[in-house]
Amino acid sequence: MNRPWLLWIPLAVVAFIGGLAMYGLAVPKDEQVHSAMIGQKLPAFSLPAATAGVEGLASGDMADGKPRLLNIFASWCLPCKAEAPYLEALKKAGIEIDAIAIRDRPEDVAAFLNEFGNPFRRIGSDSEMAVQLKLGSSGVPETYVIGGDGTILYQHIGDIRAEHVPMLIEKVNAAK
Amino acid sequence: MRMLALIFLMLATPVFAQGSGPTPALANRQLPDPAKEAAATKLMHSLRCIQCQGQSIADSDAQMAGTMRAEVRQQIAAGQKPEAIRGWMIARYGEWVSFEPDMKGAGLLLWLTPLLVLIAGIWLARGLFRRGA
Repeated sequence: MNRPWLLWIPLAVVAFIGGLAMYGLAVPKDEQVHSAMIGQKLPAFSLPAATAGVEGLASGDMADGKPRLLNIFASWCLPCKAEAPYLEALKKAGIEIDAIAIRDRPEDVAAFLNEFGNPFRRIGSDSEMAVQLKLGSSGVPETYVIGGDGTILYQHIGDIRAEHVPMLIEKVNAAK
Repeated sequence: MRMLALIFLMLATPVFAQGSGPTPALANRQLPDPAKEAAATKLMHSLRCIQCQGQSIADSDAQMAGTMRAEVRQQIAAGQKPEAIRGWMIARYGEWVSFEPDMKGAGLLLWLTPLLVLIAGIWLARGLFRRGA
């Protein structure tokens, strides 16, 4: 063969693919599906009350000039129970929190609020997950920071833990 | 003993970890117009379920997949084009939700790589055959 360097091409290709595999192993994988709605206005929706005694939630309710949190939760969701004290802490810090209950029954929501407290101003019932789909939300719990004009500013996927509380307060205050 | 086990088994209720709300009507019911249903089904096979990630929404039993199927059927029934519905999903969940990546950016590389590898292979093989001749 008059071009011996050609022999090295297959080795180079295999080494490249091996390198990709090593890279894939070394870099932690992000399995969360982030909403592509960040920076956009809330989609228009109007949800009935999720339980007696707490008003339902419409997109217009969240465009009253005041930044807030929008919590997506469900009474049947375990991490939602775990994050309840931290939502309470956020409320104590003066943050207004609205909520959407996913695939829930009024009596179950009532029992949940009874057991874990109610940090929410309003709770809309999204029984068919239609609004969750419009929001680009991929599960429960999730918490969005909503600007005073109804713009989606930030999405927190998963339960809120102690270390997330100051960050969420800062994000809401920064939107003022 | 065996009888007792059987009784316990019958008494066991499955845990409904996905909640207790209703399933949207169009999640599992076909559209009356066969042509529209065919278009909807074709699109459903190329959209990824958010909840179970590896499956298409046509294959998945997850609640979220049902909601997505209902959304697809509703929009198809309303006369929306399949590619516009794909765009609607991508606008909410990003490129991730589509099993058919766009021919731009990293997606372009994905489409062109097999072609490039084939060309490289032909080029290499050509050199070998010429030597043999």
